[in-house]
Amino acid sequence: MRTVAVMFLALLAPLPAGAINVFSCEPEWGSLVRELAGELAELTIATTAFQDPHRLEAKPSLIAAIRKADLVVCTGADLEIGWLPLLLRRAGNAAIQSGGPGHFMAADYVRKLETPKIIDRSQGDIHPQGNPHVHLDPRNIRRIADALAQRLAEIDPMNAAAYGARLADFQSRWDTASAEWEGRKTGLVGLRLASHHRSFSYLAAWLDLNIVATLESKPGIPPSGAQLAALLEQLSPNPPVAVIRTPYENEKPSSWLSARLGIPAITLPYTTGSDQMVTDLFALFEETLRSLEDVRQ
Amino acid sequence: MHCQRDSVVPLNYSDIFWTSINLTIASASRRCKVVVSGSVVVIFRAGVRSGCIPVKTISAILVLILLAALFPAAHADDLGSEVAELRQLLSQLQQDYESRVSDLEARLARAEQLASGAKREASEAFDIAEQTSIDQTSGGAAANTFNPSVGTTLSARYANIDGSWEDIPGFVTAGEIGSGKTGFTLGEVEFNVKASVDDRYFGNVTFAIHDDGGETEVELEEAWLQTTGLPAGIALTGGRFFSAAGYLNGFHRHADDFSDRPLPYQAFYGGQYLVDGIQARWIAPTSLLFEFGAELNWGGGFPASANDETTPGAHTLFAKLGGDVGAGNSWQLGVSWVSVDAIERGGAHHGEAEAVSTFTGDSDLAAMDLVWKWAPNGNSGQRSFKMQGEYFRRSESGDFDGLEYDGDQTGWYLQGVWQFKPRWRLGLRHDAVDADNGSLLVGTELEDPGRNSSRDSLMLDWSPSAYSRLRLQYTNDEVLAESDQQWMLQYIMSIGAHGAHAF
Repeated sequence: MRTVAVMFLALLAPLPAGAINVFSCEPEWGSLVRELAGELAELTIATTAFQDPHRLEAKPSLIAAIRKADLVVCTGADLEIGWLPLLLRRAGNAAIQSGGPGHFMAADYVRKLETPKIIDRSQGDIHPQGNPHVHLDPRNIRRIADALAQRLAEIDPMNAAAYGARLADFQSRWDTASAEWEGRKTGLVGLRLASHHRSFSYLAAWLDLNIVATLESKPGIPPSGAQLAALLEQLSPNPPVAVIRTPYENEKPSSWLSARLGIPAITLPYTTGSDQMVTDLFALFEETLRSLEDVRQ
Repeated sequence: MHCQRDSVVPLNYSDIFWTSINLTIASASRRCKVVVSGSVVVIFRAGVRSGCIPVKTISAILVLILLAALFPAAHADDLGSEVAELRQLLSQLQQDYESRVSDLEARLARAEQLASGAKREASEAFDIAEQTSIDQTSGGAAANTFNPSVGTTLSARYANIDGSWEDIPGFVTAGEIGSGKTGFTLGEVEFNVKASVDDRYFGNVTFAIHDDGGETEVELEEAWLQTTGLPAGIALTGGRFFSAAGYLNGFHRHADDFSDRPLPYQAFYGGQYLVDGIQARWIAPTSLLFEFGAELNWGGGFPASANDETTPGAHTLFAKLGGDVGAGNSWQLGVSWVSVDAIERGGAHHGEAEAVSTFTGDSDLAAMDLVWKWAPNGNSGQRSFKMQGEYFRRSESGDFDGLEYDGDQTGWYLQGVWQFKPRWRLGLRHDAVDADNGSLLVGTELEDPGRNSSRDSLMLDWSPSAYSRLRLQYTNDEVLAESDQQWMLQYIMSIGAHGAHAF
């Protein structure tokens, strides 16, 4: 009887203080958490590079994961509007609700591009706060890293010094890498591209790329055959050098267009984990630049 | 040198530039000669600007030096005095340009200070502008700041139905059920308002507005509050809400994959089981979803009956288990038990003033559901498959219109929906119910039909966006003795905010 009682008490005892639980919506923020928290955080990443972050479902495994989270790190700006609000409501977890320190939305810390002037569904699946794909500009990563390290320290004050040190280390490596990437910009300025969705607007703004067309005539609405034919006619006189897309986007529209224009259709890494090479944020930018440089040649 | 110091100003930046270049060389090489040559340039440029002609002076000095070097022996005395003069001249020159150089250096330092100040101010201004822009486009700056999200769902259908039915043989039913009628039928308008109440509660209200024989009826479909501020996986809900017993029961009808609810939902829940009461649910801290919950219902939504007592007329227990298999598959298994203590429960249909018959007794409904979803890599953008099935078993005993009644009924459905292109889905469903009510009830509504009621449906729908859907459905209906082939074309559209659908 006593043994049973002891076992029962052991079950009730609080878990040993250890790593904080972080729930990250997208792989890029998972990678940033790894840089800034390392072993100090137990990490769950809700999507892979092959899953469209607009379209995920509030599936059972994610409810179980978010219920245990101390911190939720997501993009925000309505990218996850189709599933994150539901997960938060189903979580039974006060720590991660909007407005609290356990709720971190990366897009809140950077300037958004393409903020729509007209907010109407006839414009497609628009995001009233602007384009949410903010992570493909290394300057944004730097800003968000600052804010995230502060937030980690707030959630886990015991390890505040460690987060500060990891941030300093990350930013010094990031600055070195950024300087090298900046040096390669000149080779890419004005590169004319067509993109499936507006997933690369921040990359284009950073590198001064010229995205001459998006295959989706309205964001989030798959392009129809007629729309693609019209786009082909529009682009034929002066075709872009390539059609780019993310690993999760339908390859059919871009292969159709690229075959008729005689230009390559390429999948850019878009986020971490899309390729065996792309293991962290450094590799993400490195591979993205390399792919674009390959196209240029 | 006649040039006054003041006459040197105004300097332009190219002067400073030259000076700084030469001074840099000087300090780098630490050789006096270079310093002099640099200074000469300064003097030259400064002099030219101020109208003096130091070139001549310098040339004269250079010539004299040259002559002195060529004729070292001649006129030693004269030379001595001339050398002294030259030295004096040189030292004057040196003093003059030194003062000019230090003056220029001071100006340069001032200019640099001003420039860096301006740069700092510009970068601060940029930061402020950036922050303002971030604030304006972030978080709470959405279009509906502090307003609840408001959304409406519109639906209607055109159907071709010959053997229309409103009751299922062997069952006493209630609520909005039946095959519907031939022709155009406006579906109910769902009007939904929801938002966080504060940091502890979330509130949600849904009105169902529909036309009933020429009169517009407004029904309160949902009105609930849910805690968001409780820890440890606990959530409490209170008000009127959809019971968690049964997978499909948690969804609004506009989210269904077919244009009508499966037969067991119509027979056992009157389409949807609403609870007026409270619900508690708890999620275990496991990596698989392991959820338990209970509900107490004081309301009269079928199959419960409003008992006019302080004790609830029905209670529910449910559990859900779910997880992933690889990146591509997700599943959820649910079991539930609804126990009803019915007192004069009527089988009144929508719009009927009086109950057709009444039941007093115990009604226990056990149900099991399984949902399996697959998409390549878990990415449902292009292709996906969803399979769902539910099985119900109900046991009732008590008094039915004065007759002793002890019956069992079962029902089930199995459906698969295949998204074969980004905007297109094809679905197949079989649904059936069966009643075994015993021989005592011959001649009443609960007389055993001697066969089960079933249907087979095939549907094709097209959703150009997440907010609109057109659906064509064919059903082979065998609810009544004679089978009926039914066609229907349906639209479901959503305007305004449209919340996420559950798994």
